[in-house]
Amino acid sequence: MKISEKDVEHVARLARLTLEPADLTIMTGQMDALLGYVEKLNELDTEGVEPMAHAVPMSNAFRDDEMKPPIGIERALQNAPAAAAGCFKVPKIIE
Amino acid sequence: MNSRYEVVIGLEVHVQLTTKTKIFCGCSTGFGQSPNSQTCPVCLGLPGALPVLNRQVVDDAIKAGLATNCQIAPDSIFARKNYFYPDLPKGYQISQFELPICEHGWLDIETEGSGKKRLGITRIHMEEDAGKLLHNEDNSSSVDLNRACTPLLEVVSEPDMRSSEEAIAYLKQLHQIVVYLGICDGNLEEGSFRCDANVSIRPWGQKELGTRSELKNLNSFRYIKQAIEYEVERQIDVIDAGEKVVQETRLFDPDAGVSRSMRGKEEAHDYRYFPDPDLLPLQVSADWVEQVRSSLPELSAAKLQRYQDEMGLPVYDAGVISADRQLAEYFEALVEQYNQPKICSNWVMGEVLGALKEKNLTIDQCPVSPELLAGILQRIDDNTISGKIAKTVFEEIWQNGKTADQVIEEKGLKQVTDTGEIEAIVAAVIAANPGQVAEYRAGKEKLMGFFVGQVMQASKGKANPGMANALLKKKLTEM
Amino acid sequence: MKFHDLTIQEIRQKLRSGVLTSVELTQACLARIKATDDRLNAFITVCEEEALAAAAVADQQLAAGDTGLLTGIPVAVKDIFNTLDIRTTCGSKILANYVSPYDATVVAKLRQQGAVIVGKLNMDEFAMGSSSENSAAGVVRNPWDTERVPGGSSGGSAAAVAAGQVVATLGTDTGGSVRQPASHCGVVGLKPTYGRVSRYGVVAYASSLDQVGPVAGNVEDCALMLGVVAGYDPADSTSVDCPVPDYLENLKDGVAGKKIGLPKEYFIAGLDPDIKRAVEAAIETYRQLGAEIVEVSLPHTDYSVACYYLIAMAEASSNLARYDGVRFGLRKDIGKGLTGMYQQTRTAGFGDEVKRRIMLGTYALSSGYYDAYYLKAQKVRTLIRHDFLAVFEQVDLLLTPVAPTPAFKIGEMVNDPLQMYLSDIFTVPINLAGTCGLSLPCGLSAGGLPIGLQLIGKPFAEADILQAAYAFEQATDWNARVPKL
Repeated sequence: MKISEKDVEHVARLARLTLEPADLTIMTGQMDALLGYVEKLNELDTEGVEPMAHAVPMSNAFRDDEMKPPIGIERALQNAPAAAAGCFKVPKIIE
Repeated sequence: MNSRYEVVIGLEVHVQLTTKTKIFCGCSTGFGQSPNSQTCPVCLGLPGALPVLNRQVVDDAIKAGLATNCQIAPDSIFARKNYFYPDLPKGYQISQFELPICEHGWLDIETEGSGKKRLGITRIHMEEDAGKLLHNEDNSSSVDLNRACTPLLEVVSEPDMRSSEEAIAYLKQLHQIVVYLGICDGNLEEGSFRCDANVSIRPWGQKELGTRSELKNLNSFRYIKQAIEYEVERQIDVIDAGEKVVQETRLFDPDAGVSRSMRGKEEAHDYRYFPDPDLLPLQVSADWVEQVRSSLPELSAAKLQRYQDEMGLPVYDAGVISADRQLAEYFEALVEQYNQPKICSNWVMGEVLGALKEKNLTIDQCPVSPELLAGILQRIDDNTISGKIAKTVFEEIWQNGKTADQVIEEKGLKQVTDTGEIEAIVAAVIAANPGQVAEYRAGKEKLMGFFVGQVMQASKGKANPGMANALLKKKLTEM
Repeated sequence: MKFHDLTIQEIRQKLRSGVLTSVELTQACLARIKATDDRLNAFITVCEEEALAAAAVADQQLAAGDTGLLTGIPVAVKDIFNTLDIRTTCGSKILANYVSPYDATVVAKLRQQGAVIVGKLNMDEFAMGSSSENSAAGVVRNPWDTERVPGGSSGGSAAAVAAGQVVATLGTDTGGSVRQPASHCGVVGLKPTYGRVSRYGVVAYASSLDQVGPVAGNVEDCALMLGVVAGYDPADSTSVDCPVPDYLENLKDGVAGKKIGLPKEYFIAGLDPDIKRAVEAAIETYRQLGAEIVEVSLPHTDYSVACYYLIAMAEASSNLARYDGVRFGLRKDIGKGLTGMYQQTRTAGFGDEVKRRIMLGTYALSSGYYDAYYLKAQKVRTLIRHDFLAVFEQVDLLLTPVAPTPAFKIGEMVNDPLQMYLSDIFTVPINLAGTCGLSLPCGLSAGGLPIGLQLIGKPFAEADILQAAYAFEQATDWNARVPKL
């Protein structure tokens, strides 16, 4: 096994997902199979190979420090599940 | 200093930059606008929106790096720091992790406790700020994303400080530098310069560091000092009680003067940093660095030295004037027009700062420009007015913005240097004060001051004091 | 009305000459959608009112002599593109009611050229899938056989063109999501070089791989559509600032003297015999057209699926963090605090495939595993890119199958994600290498299902593969075959 149910639960917490016990078992099995499959990359010696983060080798894309009009409060909040006084509302953050 | 434990402090400072727009979008960075009025798809983290780096942020980061003796990395990258929080719209913060733009810098500080000392700067990196959370009465929180995506530099020091005094000296110097560079407004209360402190203690002589706690929410130099000192005492108590210091984040409460653990309320973080595929690698050429270097203002430490070495100012004057970039610029403009630095520093520190303080203004709001002030000093030099009248002229100019010559002319403040005129006044003063004359002649020479005063009063301050003095002496002796 | 036998240029001619109005054409499209989409489910949103209004405006513009490349032409876009004031769901429950406040750059470009946008096309949720079965809006069906999938993730984009619902569409291709459904539906689909087309406003799946691509009924239309959407966009840091050629200009130049490479790793045992036969016939056609055919090798092909899924899932896990129920989209909150809201929202809002990829991606980036999975995959990606760059030193373009099998039956692969992923073997390497590829019809299976041919070009050499595709299309009649629906 490449991954245990306990690992999968931890990953689910990081990803803010919950898995019912039955789903946890299925997910663990599928993740295990996929992680087993991707093991094949270890057949390759990548010593000294540069990792590739971008499809096209480029650098330095900038914008000038110039103001653009904002979209406006109404537009900003138009899809908000809950809003009040121009703000998005969320359940209280327990401190 | 504690006799048993050595204190070890490292600081992480978030410097909010004064760019017009946010780091990855064209929204304004202005403070105090209505919630969410300064937002767009990018800083709201809407689906499909993409970041584009503000070039000014890179310039500012290079400036900060050069001013703190860092190496500027030819290649650096932006990374995503992944975590969920309502003030973080995308579910990740764009920051730098591996390959920050500046590394390996230092600052020299001087404190009473430890003298001169060099403190290391590990790195400076660019990142976006989060939004603001407001906690409501009704068991909810409100999210305002105006501040989201505003540019920050995070300046991370080495754990080189050994007392709160050193920490404050470091912070004050860093603060002065970023304000001097014009890249930060330096406002601690509005959060433009925020500090987290990592504090640990260890028995003297021990090499490895003790377990540290991270102090957050330190928004004034005073609180930082208090929080560090409180934390040191707390850790000593913990160890003395036979317990172990736990690594944790603590929130300082300035009202109570204590810090509280946030332990248990935050899960173990796994930020899953990886290079942001939406942003290209940043390459800073040597030419770019040189271009920025040549645009750097002379920093306060250099001015402090130059004012003493080249202008002959006392260390106190040099310190006061070099501490504030705009004050220093005012002073330098004044010296440019009136090349007697010590007289200039006297006026700047005396009349100018005094009047500003009284009116609660800053130097950039000073109604008497360096040119106008130089005009006053020149008139003292050529005996047109006395030093005392000059103060009156200064006040007049403050009010109406006219030149020294205009004020002197209009108010008739020109010094009386006509010997005949002064002689007449001297004669009148002598005639009016026979008693004092007799005493003077009997040897009470201190009374000369009284006679000069009388002459000045009679001339409404316009008599040349030197001439009045000489004529009085002559007359009184001749009698 | 059917568009299969008319190119966009021919329709434009009719519109400009007044033989046909855009309103009539748009009405015909809407009628066709009404008549067929209950069987296909290619559309998530049809915006009849907006489309007819846009068509009326287009007619005025045409009357005034407007020369927009798409003025009055009804098109549709995958529901992954942000469209101002039109719902954008990305095939997900979590965005079921999301109305975007802005247009994606490519949508704005379509509008600038006068296109009439009739609706938003169905897709695998967040573009994650190869079958268009993973949509909150339901399964898309293949117009050639409604028991079968149209391919994915841009299944709606391919099915709509194949069924004659619209003239052309836009899809996105992260690992084959334009080319594979184009192949399964018997239409032309192109994945441009990474950076050729702006990603601004395209809901992100895997940012270093995603690219916008056109789907059309013929090569010429595909070339025209690419010309409309291609080009540098200052709002997308990864878009490339290099001039966009006129893709129609040299379209008919033929392939005589061109060197076409056949990567031997793409002609393997297990390739469906019908596909093998069709692709071999296509090779013969090219030989006859004067191309030189040579065998080449892309030695790291076998590692591309593993490499692709690790990178795509890792990026996706981060890209999909913004669906948190705070600012937009679904929110489920049963009073268990903030973390509870996050978990309930995301658990209820995402489908199984999306969750699986978020989970794997999160794991691949997590502390202790980053080097072994994500970093390793990025290094292998470099090797794969170098394979292509080396081969393009020898040949002008590559010819391969698009998919190992024709369209499979709905539900056939649902329970075996790995098997589904493996079917992307011929398309994902192109995304990893960042270069361009195109799928065009080259035959039918014994069961009457379309088979696609993939042409792969050098970076930014879309014109080359369009030219080669056009030559093949003219030499054969596969493109004239349409599904009976």
